[in-house]
Amino acid sequence: MGFLHLERVSKLYGEFAAVRDFDLEIEQGEFISLLGPSGCGKTTTLQMIAGLVAPTNGRITLDGRDITREKPARRGLGVVFQSYALFPHMTVAQNVAFGLEMRKIAKAERDRQVAEILSLVQLTTLADRYPREMSGGQRQRVAIARALVIKPPVLLLDEPLSNLDAKLREEMQFELRRIQRVVGITTIMVTHDQAEALSISDRVVVMEGGRITQVDHPYSLYEHPKNNFISSFVGKSNFLAARAVKETAGVSLLVDNTDLKIPATGNYPGGELCLSVRPEKIRLTDPAGGMLRGSVSSRYFLGNQWLLSVATPAGEISVSVANLGAPPPSEGKVTGLAWNIEECRILAAEQEGILQS
Amino acid sequence: MTGAAIRPSPRLPAPFFLAAPATLLFIGLILLPLALTAVLSFNVYDYSSGVQNRYTTANYLTVLQDPYYLAIFWRTLRLALLTTVITVLLGTPEAYILTRMGKPWRSIFLLVIIGPLLVSVVVRTFGWSMLLGHDGLVNHALAMLRLEPVQLLYTETAIVIALVHIMLPFMVIPVWTALQKLDPTVEAAALSLGASRFTALRRIVFPQATLGILSGSLIVFGLSASAFAIPGLLGGRRLKMAATVVYDEYLIELNWPLGAAIAIIVLLANLAIMLAYNRMVERQAKRRLG
Ligand SMILES: Nc1ncnc2c1ncn2[C@@H]1O[C@H](COP(=O)(O)OP(=O)(O)OP(=O)(O)O)[C@@H](O)[C@H]1O
Ligand SMILES: [Mg+2]
Repeated sequence: MGFLHLERVSKLYGEFAAVRDFDLEIEQGEFISLLGPSGCGKTTTLQMIAGLVAPTNGRITLDGRDITREKPARRGLGVVFQSYALFPHMTVAQNVAFGLEMRKIAKAERDRQVAEILSLVQLTTLADRYPREMSGGQRQRVAIARALVIKPPVLLLDEPLSNLDAKLREEMQFELRRIQRVVGITTIMVTHDQAEALSISDRVVVMEGGRITQVDHPYSLYEHPKNNFISSFVGKSNFLAARAVKETAGVSLLVDNTDLKIPATGNYPGGELCLSVRPEKIRLTDPAGGMLRGSVSSRYFLGNQWLLSVATPAGEISVSVANLGAPPPSEGKVTGLAWNIEECRILAAEQEGILQS
Repeated sequence: MTGAAIRPSPRLPAPFFLAAPATLLFIGLILLPLALTAVLSFNVYDYSSGVQNRYTTANYLTVLQDPYYLAIFWRTLRLALLTTVITVLLGTPEAYILTRMGKPWRSIFLLVIIGPLLVSVVVRTFGWSMLLGHDGLVNHALAMLRLEPVQLLYTETAIVIALVHIMLPFMVIPVWTALQKLDPTVEAAALSLGASRFTALRRIVFPQATLGILSGSLIVFGLSASAFAIPGLLGGRRLKMAATVVYDEYLIELNWPLGAAIAIIVLLANLAIMLAYNRMVERQAKRRLG
């Protein structure tokens, strides 16, 4: 049994299910990300764990204790809100000390713990500032310090990095992971940024429309997405419509509008299928030597890589090419495309669930 | 015309022209009468021949040395402060409840709070004098409960009750505006850190509404200290406040210079108290809340 356990937790607003049958077991010290598009129920899930929203159904247990109906103050979880929710009329030190004060910890001990946590988040010199006198990244660290100082069993982060600019965001991801490792705290982070989820979590929970669609380690999630939605939401993907055809040796997949056949194993009763290939897995070849042939319809330079869109009989295919040596063919040029057969996923068209991986 | 307005023309004092009507109104209706009152307060008054064309500071000395007037100033200050404190204590929770109300109720209750402003102060004060009178509703209710009747009308209690009733909207509205700007997750953060609902309100929510409470207090204090109809009708002949005593000097004693001197003293005292209070609270609130 996990440290934090959510069993078939649901939240209904009237008829509308913001979260439905959420089942998850989290081990102590794990870093979990909740990933999903806007409105899929991530914040609602987090707030149910924090006790700020009451679940309609289901059970939440923490370390074997049922906390489903417990008040937020009694749960003692650390929460970092999307807007940070710092107390604007208190200094950094007073903000951080608030949780300790509520726990009736003596002043001297309180000051010692505040100083300790502020040095962990590297804010010692700003202890007497008010929140509005600080930058976004500094405020975020205050919010984390305020949540951590009460030594909560679980840290809940609601899109903690979404208000920061790209560069600061990357630094803070690093920082967040460092702090989490030092303290060894079980952490659940909400995000709608897939790169962020992949880069810092132990496991990623993908949600869609209030339900969990996949729970996996970042690498397997990226390499083995369970359905079209996940493979397009986590990273980018090309989808090729295909149908299964019987061969003497077994089954092949024939990509629509082409004569490209991909050998496959397994049984495909429906016939209508979908192949997914990630842009970075595709190589450019000379026009005659590829698996598909097409003309470049657009080409963007992104610094470390080129992003091409190639019009082929199977549809527009995006390809990303590392910036090594000569630039790739420019717009209008004809090129061949190839990839290793084991790099593509076979998914049933318009239907969830994986057929082969 | 439009072209001229867009072209930068430093010589054309357009801002002055635009501000002129309001400035003239302000000078004509406030500064001029005030200046005349100030001058009048230094005139010599003679009971047999009226206002003289000679000047003296005797009016001020009379007022500031006479225990009768000092008692009235003290009462004015005391009742205005008491009214302000009570409206803060009632108005702040009222404003908070208002922000927490759902869709139709909020507008309905806002109307209930503002509604009394649409009725003349004199009418509302008459209402209170009927309720609080010797034969009024309050005493009838007490009699039904077999309790002793109480003397409410013509007491300071009656004045404060009516002042609080009339001043409450001036407190609720600025506090409500300030509370509406707050981020509700800040309160949730306090709860998650172990605060009870009440502690979260006391330590986190209300301190953030300081500027709203400050402006509400200034309005309420200023209006209460210069209230006329309420002490006039509910205080009777005996319990005078600053505005009623000025009225008496002008219209009953006909000693205009003395009335003017009282008016100027009340104005200066009011101004000094409000400015000092404003500076004290605002200096603290500014840095924190911006
Ligand atoms: N109080 C409420 N009443 C009715 N519906 C609500 C309420 N709160 C949230 N919802 C709905 O529940 C769904 C999930 O909301 P939630 O805030 O959990 O989304 P989210 O995944 O955090 O999205 P985002 O990434 O935009 O923050 C949304 O469709 C939202 O409209
Ligand atoms: Mg959200």
